[in-house]
Amino acid sequence: MSALAALTFTTPWLLWALIALPVLWFLLRSVPPAPVVERFPAITLLLGLEDDDTTPAKTPWWLLLLRMLALAALIVGLAGPRIDPQAQVGTSDRLTIVVDASWATAQSWSGQSTLLSDQLAEARRTGKQVALIDLSETPNAAQTEFELPEQAIAASDSVRPQSWRPDYAGWAEVMSGFDAFDTVWLSDGLDHPERSALTSVLNDKGTLTVFEAERFVLGLSSAKLDAGALLVKALRSEGDGRQDITIEAVGLDPSGITRVLAEQVATFEPVTTEMDVAIQLPTELRNRVTRLQIAGLASAGAVVLSDSSLKRKRVGLYTPVAEAEATTLQSPLHYLENALVETADPFESDLPTMLDVGPDVIIMADVATLSAVEEERLVQWVSDGGILVRFAGPRLASAGSQITDADPLLPVLLRAGGREIGGTMSWGDPKTLQDFPEGSPFFGLEIPADVQVSSQVLAQPDPELAEKTYASLLDGTPLVTGSPLGAGQVILFHVTANANWSNLPISVLFVQMLERLSILSAASLADAETLEGRLWTPEQVLDGFGIEGDGGLFAAVDGGRLVSEVPGPDLRPGLYSEGEQIIAFNALGTEDVLSPATWPLGTDLRNFAGAVVQNFTSLFISLAFAILLMDIFASLWVQGSLLPRKLARTAALFLAFWISAPDVEAQEVDPLYVANNTVLAYVITGDRRQDNLSEAGLRGLSAQLTRRTSIEPTDPVGVDLIRDPLELFPFIYWPITEGQRPLDAETVAKVNDFLRTGGMIMFDTRDANLGRNSSSNTVNGRILQQIAAGLSIPPIEPVPEDHVLTRTFYLIQEYPGRYFGAPVWVEAAPADAIRGEGMPFRNLNDGVSPIILGGNDWAAAWAIDQNGDPLRPVGRGSAGEQQREFAYRFGVNLIMYVMTGNYKSDQVHVPALLQRLGN
Amino acid sequence: MNDVVARGLDLRADADALSAGFPGLMAAAEELASLAVLGPHGRRRPGHGAEFWQYRMAESTDGLRDIDWRRSARSDERFVRQMELQLAQALSLWVDQGASMEFTSDPSRDTKAHRAEVLGLAAALMMAKSGERIGIIGDGEPPKFGLPQVEKMALKLALAEREKDYIAPKRSDLLPGSHAVFISDFLGDWDAIVEGLANAAGQRVHGLIVQVLDPIEEEFPFSRRVLFESVGGGLSFETKQAGSLRDRFLAKLRARQDALRDLARNTGWQVLFHRTDQSALEALRWIFFGLENPR
Repeated sequence: MSALAALTFTTPWLLWALIALPVLWFLLRSVPPAPVVERFPAITLLLGLEDDDTTPAKTPWWLLLLRMLALAALIVGLAGPRIDPQAQVGTSDRLTIVVDASWATAQSWSGQSTLLSDQLAEARRTGKQVALIDLSETPNAAQTEFELPEQAIAASDSVRPQSWRPDYAGWAEVMSGFDAFDTVWLSDGLDHPERSALTSVLNDKGTLTVFEAERFVLGLSSAKLDAGALLVKALRSEGDGRQDITIEAVGLDPSGITRVLAEQVATFEPVTTEMDVAIQLPTELRNRVTRLQIAGLASAGAVVLSDSSLKRKRVGLYTPVAEAEATTLQSPLHYLENALVETADPFESDLPTMLDVGPDVIIMADVATLSAVEEERLVQWVSDGGILVRFAGPRLASAGSQITDADPLLPVLLRAGGREIGGTMSWGDPKTLQDFPEGSPFFGLEIPADVQVSSQVLAQPDPELAEKTYASLLDGTPLVTGSPLGAGQVILFHVTANANWSNLPISVLFVQMLERLSILSAASLADAETLEGRLWTPEQVLDGFGIEGDGGLFAAVDGGRLVSEVPGPDLRPGLYSEGEQIIAFNALGTEDVLSPATWPLGTDLRNFAGAVVQNFTSLFISLAFAILLMDIFASLWVQGSLLPRKLARTAALFLAFWISAPDVEAQEVDPLYVANNTVLAYVITGDRRQDNLSEAGLRGLSAQLTRRTSIEPTDPVGVDLIRDPLELFPFIYWPITEGQRPLDAETVAKVNDFLRTGGMIMFDTRDANLGRNSSSNTVNGRILQQIAAGLSIPPIEPVPEDHVLTRTFYLIQEYPGRYFGAPVWVEAAPADAIRGEGMPFRNLNDGVSPIILGGNDWAAAWAIDQNGDPLRPVGRGSAGEQQREFAYRFGVNLIMYVMTGNYKSDQVHVPALLQRLGN
Repeated sequence: MNDVVARGLDLRADADALSAGFPGLMAAAEELASLAVLGPHGRRRPGHGAEFWQYRMAESTDGLRDIDWRRSARSDERFVRQMELQLAQALSLWVDQGASMEFTSDPSRDTKAHRAEVLGLAAALMMAKSGERIGIIGDGEPPKFGLPQVEKMALKLALAEREKDYIAPKRSDLLPGSHAVFISDFLGDWDAIVEGLANAAGQRVHGLIVQVLDPIEEEFPFSRRVLFESVGGGLSFETKQAGSLRDRFLAKLRARQDALRDLARNTGWQVLFHRTDQSALEALRWIFFGLENPR
């Protein structure tokens, strides 16, 4: 659709004034141009003279035309012409606004919500009845109604991106029950098999206008382990061009802080929409990974949660020195190793080494005696949460008689000798297993009919034996027993780990039992049968932005649904647990692909990324003004008084007009001014309002500094990081705005030079760190991350209580701006900082922190207008004024810190110095 | 009470105007006068004066102290030293105080009034320096000696209020045989001008007429539609084709100048047409020459 067709007017009735133009033409035409008034002393000689030619002077037609044009431009300008790509078409007075609100919209949600409120405002302007439909909700005809736009606007606040795709079919059914209406559809841009059903219903009801983000959708699906690497599938909805994405592996670091553990840059080749990205990590680190995400994208679809299938337990296998003649197949560990190698990291070593490594599980096959030291360490390890699994064997059986006291490393007391059943020399047949009792970790496992046990060690009868029995033979003798020890667990298989005593180790059941004991990390969505029939409780659920929330609010679901269904309102992506097992249910399934939405031919498809209303009022009015200026020259020329002198004067006027409309960007920093004065500086962000605020803020701070201290800064200046020299500034205030882009390499080098040579930059995200604990959760925080990525920023920490910043001028412990409470970060103190003798604070870094990082929007608190009055409100009432005062105090301290460095720290030495001087 | 305050304020404003205008005028006049060379002004006969005229043989009636002994010692006769008679002349000045004089077409040039005042005062200054009496026509006071008189005249000129657009010389009593200098643009009512000048001529006064015009008044560079106004705003004249009036305007100006020249010829006076873009010194020399050599 052409741009001109979208031209609308805010007050169209003003255009009627254009009719008056021809009338004005005749009026103006009959009025001659005004005479030039001249002082002339010799006028006495003129008196009595008569003009030869008495024809009335007429205004030339082209001058009239010029004036008409100016007037027309003025009228059109005042009528408010604008190109409104969001204009609602259609004739119905009922409008539905349909919002996909899936995770795919989260990547461009700010644009979506702006568009949504614009659309609602437009509907209010045109007086339409509106039904706001959040497709991510469960289709519900009863709650869908047309209401006043005001009500819809109130309801629109609750529309948030959700972590699932809408139920289009259900909504199509609901929507078909309404009378005619027009529709505006804010689409997430992804195809869906049932989308066309809704599209056709909406098309039948009235005009359909679709807004789609220009940006294509990125997603991650299905992480798995492959040959020791994390393999994650990255998807995109359109395959045009190469594209780099960064995949972050996020997890807890050793100190328990969530951070990005690893980054992997991957590149989509042209045309491809799918690729596997391998992230190589040491097992140690890999097991810490809790989620994989695409850097810079807040969307549930760009997150893959890591579950137990991605973790591999380190399993230590220990057996006493193998007999030399034992064949491999008789090795007590052979079957164990084979069962473990797929899903865990087994390793063999002697016991002390193993305990040093600290595996998750230790399996000991037929170990009867341990040295006292080893036993003590092993007990300690189990008490700390280790799982010790022991298998019986001839040695253990023979040692049974000596073990009289309760051995902490055995769950039960053993009888000496064990028993043999079903052997050539014994009575009876080999025994099979009876069903696992309720309460056993193996409860519910199916027992293959051919599992037989021919030998076992026997437990001493004991009142608690039944409780400790996890599995038993048909005759009731325990086969697997276990008991907790401290935070850990000791489990004993009463048979050998090889096939000598039973065929259990070579059966499927053995592997399943190991899984149940959490020795194997086996559960994943891939095998439905292990999940079905078990109730899985949500531990964490993801919202549409991919942020984890508490899963406790949601009902447990059947494992089968996790396999077969797609995410929905009652089946949210997240982590689900059953017993010890945790599985991840991601927004994107393993088989999902992302493909762009297709719309029927002729759909009014618009792009909301560029859907900014273009207002031409000022353009037309400046045009009118320009024409009027031309008219001045033209009339002067017509009057014949376009003398060089007057021309110069008019030109000067003209120039004064243009110069009086100053362009902030156009002003270059005058190095002389900066060098000769103390000047605070702010980074020009390109956002005019923020730049003005920064300027006013620093002006306010400068005024306070001048009033209170001997630092007397002159007017602050704006700095263009790319263009202006930075080395002259002691301090640069850098507010983060949404429009900022990462710096290019040259500028990064320049800023780094500035930081290294003693300059200070204060970053202000201006969002009070609303994004929870990590500043990277807010938009500005992420922008700051991108900007700061290349800068050589030292390790930082929240301002410690004894930092010199807290006492350079005032004694303060808070750093409020327009907000307060958000932490302020400075360069971290060196690890070896010690508190000096008799000093209330440590001897911190000698230099000045090159950066200060916070989000308290200081400029807004400092800002004053030309009269010296505060520009922005801070807090409420006198408490707010007090907060402003403290903001100023922080500012004073800050600039003192910039100017004097650690001087105030050194001041504590003054008494000592004076004493040494003899005073 | 308020009246007193108001008057005080007025006086103060006047004093400011005086101190602002007066020294400038004097300085300009002095500068101009110092450039002109002062020539001898004797009567070419013996009498009281500063210049030596001749030695003559002493007669019996001469007193002993009149004898110039130095000269007498060179011969047997006794001689008396005689000085050239230097009679004090009187110069009466008339500078047009009409509003029409307060005009210049180019801010960088003098106004006609300024040029006229400077010329007149410079002439007065020269005359005062050569010991003659000076005064202003029409102020009711006779010409007086000395530089202080020049300053008083300057003060009067600077303080003059230009109320009317055009004024003509007033009838007044002048010293017979004295000089009079009339400086004006002579654009006002011709009859009044003629009457004023004829009155002076009738008192056997030797007169000099200086017409000071702005260049624009001799060029008339206007065209198209122009609304002319007099400087005081009292007169206005609108034309739709100013260019077509040029020739007729210039003819009328020429006629006015011819009439002035005729007037001078009839009375034995001299006339100078001066433009503000010409050198003031040139005009002063002409005035000086005219004063020294009356026809």
